[in-house]
Amino acid sequence: MTLLIRFLRSPEGVAGLVLLGLLISVALLASVFFPRDPLSIAGPALLPPFQDRAFPLGTDRLGRDVLAGLMHGARASLAVGIAATLVAMVVGALVGTIAGFAGGIVDEALMRIVDAFQIVPGFLLALAFVSVVGASLLVVILAIALGAWTGPARLARAEVLSIRERDYVAAARVIGMHPLEIAIREVLPNALPPVLALGSVIVAGAVLTEAALSFLGLGDPNLVTWGSMIAEGRNVLRTAPFLSIIPGIGLVLTVLGIYLFSEGLGEALARRRIRA
Amino acid sequence: MMGMTPLLVAADLSKTFAKGGGRVVALDHASFDIAAGETLGLVGPSGSGKSTLARILLRLIEPDGGSVRFAGVDLLALKGARLRAMRARIQMVFQEPLAAFNPRATVAGALDDPLRIHGRMDRHGRKTAIAGLLERVGLDASLAGRAIHEISGGQRQRVAVARALATKPDLIVLDEAVSALDMSVRGQVLQLLVDLQREDGIAYIFVSHDLAVVRAVAHRIAIMEAGRIVEIGPAQEVIENPRSATGKALISAVPRLRL
Repeated sequence: MTLLIRFLRSPEGVAGLVLLGLLISVALLASVFFPRDPLSIAGPALLPPFQDRAFPLGTDRLGRDVLAGLMHGARASLAVGIAATLVAMVVGALVGTIAGFAGGIVDEALMRIVDAFQIVPGFLLALAFVSVVGASLLVVILAIALGAWTGPARLARAEVLSIRERDYVAAARVIGMHPLEIAIREVLPNALPPVLALGSVIVAGAVLTEAALSFLGLGDPNLVTWGSMIAEGRNVLRTAPFLSIIPGIGLVLTVLGIYLFSEGLGEALARRRIRA
Repeated sequence: MMGMTPLLVAADLSKTFAKGGGRVVALDHASFDIAAGETLGLVGPSGSGKSTLARILLRLIEPDGGSVRFAGVDLLALKGARLRAMRARIQMVFQEPLAAFNPRATVAGALDDPLRIHGRMDRHGRKTAIAGLLERVGLDASLAGRAIHEISGGQRQRVAVARALATKPDLIVLDEAVSALDMSVRGQVLQLLVDLQREDGIAYIFVSHDLAVVRAVAHRIAIMEAGRIVEIGPAQEVIENPRSATGKALISAVPRLRL
């Protein structure tokens, strides 16, 4: 509870929370306001924004509603970003915890695998994976997670290595606690907060990677995403720049919101550490 | 206590740490024993190997060589479940009471762990046992619901003592257990330890750099220097007539002692 209060005291945290809250409600309300498929043709083509009441943000080359696309796109971007981050964090935290605990050859082997993933740029890895397996929502999520799990793995390992040497872990051994219980009950809960703070940064990166994949036409073709909207608008960039600019603004606000949120979270956690 | 089989016999314990390319000898063939119900003070300057020795007895560090027999059992040969079961009989109280508890723990949770692991009590029985333990260390049972970080340093160390008592041990290793407490609280905790020993006959290994504190509680005193036990004998004798140079230096460094 005090963590929440400290979080709400930081201006970055509040700004990020407001932005994210707005985006999440937009994403959740997408099918309330626009129950129709956002990919279906709704009106005349290339209608500029603020001209027609029925299409406040205009229409694209095929006459699809831009506002509908934007709202449904928010859903896809956030869903992919959060799902990919969850996969990356769970895998990363697990690998890092095992490496930190086991030490020796297990640690060496796992960390070399982490190295192998880390030397390939994450986006290239995602690109290659989607190209080989084929584009679908699940594949895109896994592809993004593939390049993002190494960060949490390294951080979790470092935290575990440090916490393993604390007196309260020694105290748990002294009372005869099983090593597995020590790992799950004593070490992991105290190693997780910094890893969680890293999570929000990963969400921001994942949203951008997803947009870049869609922009290159490697996203799920049945989903509207901001990346695919920008790619679509690129063909008429001179005559109708708003088609690329509007989803672009959506991306900027999302990433900004997530960064501010993580900044506030990190600060609240850091302050708790100092007090503890 | 002469003539009795000792509770714990440590022989030729050695430990070398690799440090920055060099090697640091923390323990150099240290040997001693302790009888049931006895308090052995382990005194020495910083870096003399006291804490290493304490942690080896609790199997928190593995020695390079030597042996430890506890109640007739080869302590260093125990593994897994048998080692964890044996741990009920040797407990430890750490120097920093705050660091020795999980930052998320409550008083009740910290005391429940050893009872749950070693006891065959049900949830209700453990609750009663926790209240009993708190009372034994002079704390109010209403403290059980509080978080460890909410209570004072002196209360915390009493909870640490209660946690050590929970498994009804034969031996408690106290590693600088009162060094982090202020003077008035220190006296109370020492008194508590002496009282508990009188009631239950627990043996203590009392590790400290502070000879004045050790003199107040120890039956025998061992003085350490550079990983070796350079002198061991009845407390009175060691303090009044130290034979080793380290012992002399330690005693002359205590201004309150009138010899």
